Amino acid sequence: MGAGHSHPLYRDGDSPLHRVPAEVKIVALLAFVLAVVATPREMFWPFAIYAGIVLVVWQVARIPLRWILPRMLIEAPFLVLAVLLPFAEGGERVAVAGLHLSVSGLWAAWGIVIKGTLGVAASLTVAATTSARQLPLALSRLGVPGLVTSMLVLMIRYIDVLSAEVSRMRMARISRGDSPRGLHQAGAIAKGVGALFLRSYERGERVYLAMLSRGFDGRVPELADVGAGPRASAAQWVTTLAPAGVAVFAAASAWVLQ
Amino acid sequence: MTAPAIRIEGLRYAYPDGQVALDGVDLTIAPGERVALLGPNGAGKTTLMLHLNGVLTATAGAVEISGTPLTRKTIRDIRRRVGLVFQDPDDQLFMPTVAQDVAFGPANFGVTGAELASRVHAALETVSMTEHADRSPAHLSGGQRRRAALATVLACEPEILVLDEPSANLDPVARRELAETLATLSATMLIVTHDLPYAAQLCDRAIVIDRGVVVADDAISAVLSDAELLAAHRLELPWGFVVPAR
Repeated sequence: MGAGHSHPLYRDGDSPLHRVPAEVKIVALLAFVLAVVATPREMFWPFAIYAGIVLVVWQVARIPLRWILPRMLIEAPFLVLAVLLPFAEGGERVAVAGLHLSVSGLWAAWGIVIKGTLGVAASLTVAATTSARQLPLALSRLGVPGLVTSMLVLMIRYIDVLSAEVSRMRMARISRGDSPRGLHQAGAIAKGVGALFLRSYERGERVYLAMLSRGFDGRVPELADVGAGPRASAAQWVTTLAPAGVAVFAAASAWVLQ
Repeated sequence: MTAPAIRIEGLRYAYPDGQVALDGVDLTIAPGERVALLGPNGAGKTTLMLHLNGVLTATAGAVEISGTPLTRKTIRDIRRRVGLVFQDPDDQLFMPTVAQDVAFGPANFGVTGAELASRVHAALETVSMTEHADRSPAHLSGGQRRRAALATVLACEPEILVLDEPSANLDPVARRELAETLATLSATMLIVTHDLPYAAQLCDRAIVIDRGVVVADDAISAVLSDAELLAAHRLELPWGFVVPAR
């Protein structure tokens, strides 16, 4: 019970960034990421500015480095791909510590690593200061259609229920002597996944019946406002968008100076 | 004479695979009555419950709620008047916060603004959940979730309340608290359960169904004292329980 009490990516707190309504943070995140992605990778100084912005925002949000850095490992699989590029790419070669590396591959790898890292860092900052509960309201205030937000609502709610179900099934298997690492147990795990699919399907039907019973007719009523916090003030918009504004300015300057 | 709250005549229902779940059910429940619907697993109790607000459509027979026959035209009105509380609160609670979940029903029935807020407040107060209004259902205990699920239905202000196994998976205190909450409600109540002491505590009348037909319909004390009847339908009183005299 009580699964998902605190999401691993959310850090409970009461910093100025926690208090800003989520819609403002989403817009700021989008602007920041677009600025990072649009920056030409041959310039280095804009990326230093972006990293500085992220560090300052972490200070304001009171997110310690040792809390957020391990969570950035989420990016690791993409970095593996980037590391392979200097070897795999063709074209002009350069010798680095006895290895012949492709120049265009190195540039591509640098671009992926720095842009990916900044994007992940910025996204984690928003995730750390915004609970999942605030997202549907934020998206509906940003004009996202009701159908999309209600799908998101259902997903957020039932991912917890399903993961609790998965862990119960896993415990029941282990209690009966299953060792999930053994290859010969792959069949049992596959059947477990099948059973989980059926259970989820049945749960989906029951949830739908319960919704029908409360008068659901395919249109989701606007409920995100019930018990919701106030809309963002002009001052909150301005201060929260400021770091993203600096990033956009840096990206634009980089293009001009190039 | 006022129309009965629920009138069911010759209700038959077969699942798409041909298995007959209800095989001619007749029953009448007067307004304000609290009735226990008893029966073994697979007797058709939940299927019957899903017919009361037209979520399932009968193969044959008729359902009437407060004199209004259940048809395509009246289904919306009947869903407002008949509130179903499902067995698993996780099936019922799907919104990010308890308050939004409670608002979902009345909002579907066109309630908005201050009226919606006051409905939500009143429903949460009835089940003593006001302080948890802005929490996520995922963070509530089993008993709190059950009461929140009840509130989502109470907010629609139904005339008839149908509860599926309300005491299942509750600890003794949560079970008693829910009974105390239910006892304060004036709606006509149909409680589907295996928990015979719970039925004895809350209801005056019991209907036993088995294999899709009504096999007994009497005062609850009479049904629970009939050991032969109970045994014939895989029901029995828990060890040490004596039906209290009314």
